[in-house]
Amino acid sequence: MNLEKVIFGFFIVLAATLNFGFFVGDIDDPAHHDIYELFAAIVVSLIATVLKFGDRTQIGAVHLSTSLVADLQLLAAAMVWGYAAHISASGLTPEMVARVVSLSGGALFANVVSVVILIAETIMQRR
Amino acid sequence: MTPLPRHQSIFFLIMRRMRAPLILLISIMAISVLGLTLAPGVDADGNPAHLSFFHSLYFISYTATTIGFGEIPYAFSDQQRLWVILCIYMSVVGWAYTVGTVFALLADRNLQQAIRTQRFLRAVQRLREPFYLVCGYGETGRLICDALDRLGFRAVVVEQDDSKVGEIELHSYHADVPALSADARNPETLKFAGLTHPNCIGIIALTNDDGTNLAIAIAARLLAPKVPALCRAETQETAANMASFGTRHIINPFEKFSEYLALALHAPAAWNLLTWLTGLPGTTMQRERDPPHGEWILCGHGRFGRMLAHVMEQAAVPVTIIDRQAPSIPSTRWVQGDGTGAPALEAAGVRRAVGIVAGTSNDVDNLSIAVTARELNRGLFVILRQNHYANHALFEAFNYDVNVVPSQIIAHECLAILTTPLLVPFLEEMKRRDEAWCDRLLRRLTERFGWEVPAVWSERINLARAPALYRRLMKGVELQSLLRDPSNRDEPLACEVLYLHRDDDDHLLIPEPDTELRAGDELLLIGSPDARREFGLILSHEHALAYVLSGKDLPGGWIWERLSRRKPSDAASSCN
Repeated sequence: MNLEKVIFGFFIVLAATLNFGFFVGDIDDPAHHDIYELFAAIVVSLIATVLKFGDRTQIGAVHLSTSLVADLQLLAAAMVWGYAAHISASGLTPEMVARVVSLSGGALFANVVSVVILIAETIMQRR
Repeated sequence: MTPLPRHQSIFFLIMRRMRAPLILLISIMAISVLGLTLAPGVDADGNPAHLSFFHSLYFISYTATTIGFGEIPYAFSDQQRLWVILCIYMSVVGWAYTVGTVFALLADRNLQQAIRTQRFLRAVQRLREPFYLVCGYGETGRLICDALDRLGFRAVVVEQDDSKVGEIELHSYHADVPALSADARNPETLKFAGLTHPNCIGIIALTNDDGTNLAIAIAARLLAPKVPALCRAETQETAANMASFGTRHIINPFEKFSEYLALALHAPAAWNLLTWLTGLPGTTMQRERDPPHGEWILCGHGRFGRMLAHVMEQAAVPVTIIDRQAPSIPSTRWVQGDGTGAPALEAAGVRRAVGIVAGTSNDVDNLSIAVTARELNRGLFVILRQNHYANHALFEAFNYDVNVVPSQIIAHECLAILTTPLLVPFLEEMKRRDEAWCDRLLRRLTERFGWEVPAVWSERINLARAPALYRRLMKGVELQSLLRDPSNRDEPLACEVLYLHRDDDDHLLIPEPDTELRAGDELLLIGSPDARREFGLILSHEHALAYVLSGKDLPGGWIWERLSRRKPSDAASSCN
């Protein structure tokens, strides 16, 4: 067992699960989507991205790109939330919540791809 | 050090090394922001309130980067301040660690080498002009690079010693000389340095290790068979090995010099002519005293001395050898000693001798021998071997007759071969002529051009190099009608044709002025640099050629045609 692999797998799966946790629920109901969960998803996703730095293989490159996509989507979601909560006059309306959640849904897809690659890589190595 | 196998990896190398500090930084920011949103505070009205993520991210961002705008949006509670104290210290540690890692990374030798290698690769790939690949930047390499630079050629250098590579950057060359510190024995290195580059017009192997030079010769033969290779070889075996690989030119400094010395001993005019023609451009030669005939003393019987002794024996010059060990040739006279003291020189008969060769591998010994011998016999002809270019000043101060610098010999030879391929057959031909012929030629040429090393160049009469002349060849063009000043045809052009090479293996040494030129002829010319430029103009420019041949200016275009028809004399004189 390799500690580095454990940490690597842990962060990738955690990024996906947190993202999923934020995503599930009615799309426009603020009560179903906890902002702390979005924050955790962003932080874990960023760490997962940095962990993927410096891998020169083809699979490493795809890993990194899926993570970058997830980061982008989640950061966009956070910005929409920040705009809705602090800048827009009407506050956190159901439409705004739906935008945040759908953006995080996109990130979830990227995270799923990341997990699939992780599994495929593991299977290839075991053979 | 060999280049990294994959050069796109520099970016990844940095990314990988930055992983730990980046993760630490993200974690610290995340913990700080999270804590700040959880810490209880009060708003302006005294109601309990929490900072939102937006506000805490804003606060932590300017606090962690030491900007510090104050407590926003309202004054913090003590619980929040307690947490901010923790955040400040955490973020300081995080930034210090990150910045430290970045600096350590920038100072990393491996990374610097990788960056330098990549810059070198890019510089070589971007070369759009013909260039020479020089392996080994020792004394000879420096001389060659200097001369190539002055002649307007580009050079790429591969040198194993880091400090010598640094020297190239300090040396003020006109053109940028890309240099890599790497082992030239590695064929990959040679490829990186542009051996297989379409603009590579020659590879020069001048390292002081025969094995490396041989490896370069082999790599050049196999990887770039069309690129001519010039290699230095110190032993016969290496030279033979290189020759078997089809190396175009092999230069053995010791053999070359003994060859030159043999020439100097029995054909001083030919020797003077040779040094004058192959000198480094921009230097001035002087006519040296001809070596006298009589008894000679040879100090030092190493590689250099042995070849000299052999040459002198062939020329039937009586020689006495001074060395610590007995020479391998039993017939010669031998005195034991090292020649730096008077007793050994006296024993060798220095008072009777006409000349002495100080040929040991130690510069100080050589000077000491020369000084002692001159004290014992004032009229002695002294040939000095100078091993290191750095001792130049010492040797210049001593009034020697001939000074041998192996690095210079190789440099001159290389340049002659590279820049004017016709010079080598001319010199060969010249050595076959008798002394009187050489003397006449030398006297005539130096009277006309002076003792400064002239410009020596070759021209080929073909459509690409001489388009104007090529089209005129059908009408018959004599050599003498070409060598005229293109601004005043009554003045002769300050250059002379030494050698004419024809495609059908016919060649003419000093062709007669009325020789008719043919397509495909190759000429070896010497003269002033200005004459070289003007001759090039005559060959390629229709109008200049017409003026030189006929004295008439060709009208160019309708208007000038009209004008020249009206005032032919004015048009001709305006050209002057």
